[in-house]
Amino acid sequence: MPISITTEEILETIRMVEAENLDIRTITMGISLRDCSHPDIKVTSQKIYDKVTRKAENLVKVGQSIEGEYGIPIINKRISVTPISIVAEACESDNYLEIALSLDKAAREVGVNFIGGFSALVHKGMTKGDEKLIYSIPYSLAQTERVCSSVNVATTKAGINMDAVKIMGEIIKETAELTRKQDGLGCAKLVIFCNVPEDNPFMAGAFHGVGEPEAVINVGVSGPGVVLNVVKKNPDSTFGVLASKIKQTAFKITRMGELVGKEAAKRLGIPFGIVDLSLAPTPAIGDSVADILEAMGLEKCGTHGTTAALAMLNDAVKKGGAMASSYVGGLSGAFIPVSEDAGMIRAVEAGALDINKLEAMTCVCSVGLDMIAVPGDTSAATISAIIADEAAIGMINKKTTAVRIIPVPGKKVGEMVVFGGLLGQAPIMPVNQFSSDKFIKRGGRIPAPIHALNN
Amino acid sequence: MQSKGSSRIVVTVVGKDKVGIIASVANVLADLNANILDISQTILQEFFTMIMIVDIANCTVDFSTLKEKLEEKGQEIGVKISAQHEDVFQFMHRI
Repeated sequence: MPISITTEEILETIRMVEAENLDIRTITMGISLRDCSHPDIKVTSQKIYDKVTRKAENLVKVGQSIEGEYGIPIINKRISVTPISIVAEACESDNYLEIALSLDKAAREVGVNFIGGFSALVHKGMTKGDEKLIYSIPYSLAQTERVCSSVNVATTKAGINMDAVKIMGEIIKETAELTRKQDGLGCAKLVIFCNVPEDNPFMAGAFHGVGEPEAVINVGVSGPGVVLNVVKKNPDSTFGVLASKIKQTAFKITRMGELVGKEAAKRLGIPFGIVDLSLAPTPAIGDSVADILEAMGLEKCGTHGTTAALAMLNDAVKKGGAMASSYVGGLSGAFIPVSEDAGMIRAVEAGALDINKLEAMTCVCSVGLDMIAVPGDTSAATISAIIADEAAIGMINKKTTAVRIIPVPGKKVGEMVVFGGLLGQAPIMPVNQFSSDKFIKRGGRIPAPIHALNN
Repeated sequence: MQSKGSSRIVVTVVGKDKVGIIASVANVLADLNANILDISQTILQEFFTMIMIVDIANCTVDFSTLKEKLEEKGQEIGVKISAQHEDVFQFMHRI
């Protein structure tokens, strides 16, 4: 009996995969480490290693078999764990490097390229464990390859922890310095969040939240290339028509994520969590969010109209995706990481896109100032102030925002820094030369906004 | 096949038209005891495009081996052959 799918539909699917870079960006297994706590950090580290390698033993194998059977590339298999600040809180040790090393070893053992969760949630204040974790970040990221770290410094409900914001500026500088030989690569694995989601499958900001089950499978789909093609095919459509076309495409992309996620969860015998509906670009040609914005009619990404174009794109992707998946979560919005998007890099080099426009764009999409390289002599206070601005946007607009910024040691505006692989390359962008020192020195907490009082 | 339920796959052949494409692909499938349920063929923008629905319930090799054999044959005769589980298409285009 023939199946009820037309030739055109079959060819459309094949074209999406082969010509337009449709892929599943990541299958991320969330693993709770709450049962790994122990006063002795050596015991904690061993327990963590044992649990991660046991739970994720078959993750890569299952990913590869699904990839083969369905013919959809799955680019990354990753792991997120309970924020280590919580797991290690009981440890009688003044730093958590040993745990980072054991996470790195576990990731290598099971064959995942990143493991996220060297994290702390400090939007209202820090416990001793949070503090130890944060001060362990620079050398932990310098001495590991696959560990990713994130710190949540603000929420709409709690306000912005400006003490943490100040510290994170310094931590970013120190991380860059300790990974100087690799142009500050450590900072590419460190994200500072406002309103961080607990089920995000994308790195570097993934961790396994406290409300999550013992283990879970979350999926991040991607398809800027597919959306780009749709926009290109409709050069003269009005926005209503264009939004509709993007929605239909987002629907199809998301269905793939749903299928792969459910199948992976079934084969691994753990529950399926969410599909993250984000358009995540890669350095590959044609896999760029900036290209989509330009195809809408902007000469260069970053010119006037860019924010509106991005708002429309982001909303259409969500509307189409929400219909296609039973559970949507994570970040779910277009990403605009500069170094990972060939179109963004071109726009920066042409002088069309600067950090101010990027900041405006983060008001209407996820996540924030992502993979931005700035001069190595940028002060810690300026970086903290950039974080504070992003956190304010997130806090007031009840959305996730984040900063992943790399002050590249020894490099100046106009130079290029190459991280390689999915992290791509970035032109060094100028920051405002006026000081924010006194502002950052105040410390304390910016109170939650009035609309947080909604009970 | 690991996934239960359906044992049907979709084999797609795209390339420059020439003599014997269908025969070559059908031979590979027959040798491995995979049953062709449906064939449709068109010429799309000068390209030969063939879509086969194949039941591999009684196939003598597993899916990944079958896929490899088809890909090898494709390289030999100069066309692109891909094989995917039918769920992909059902899931993407139907709720």
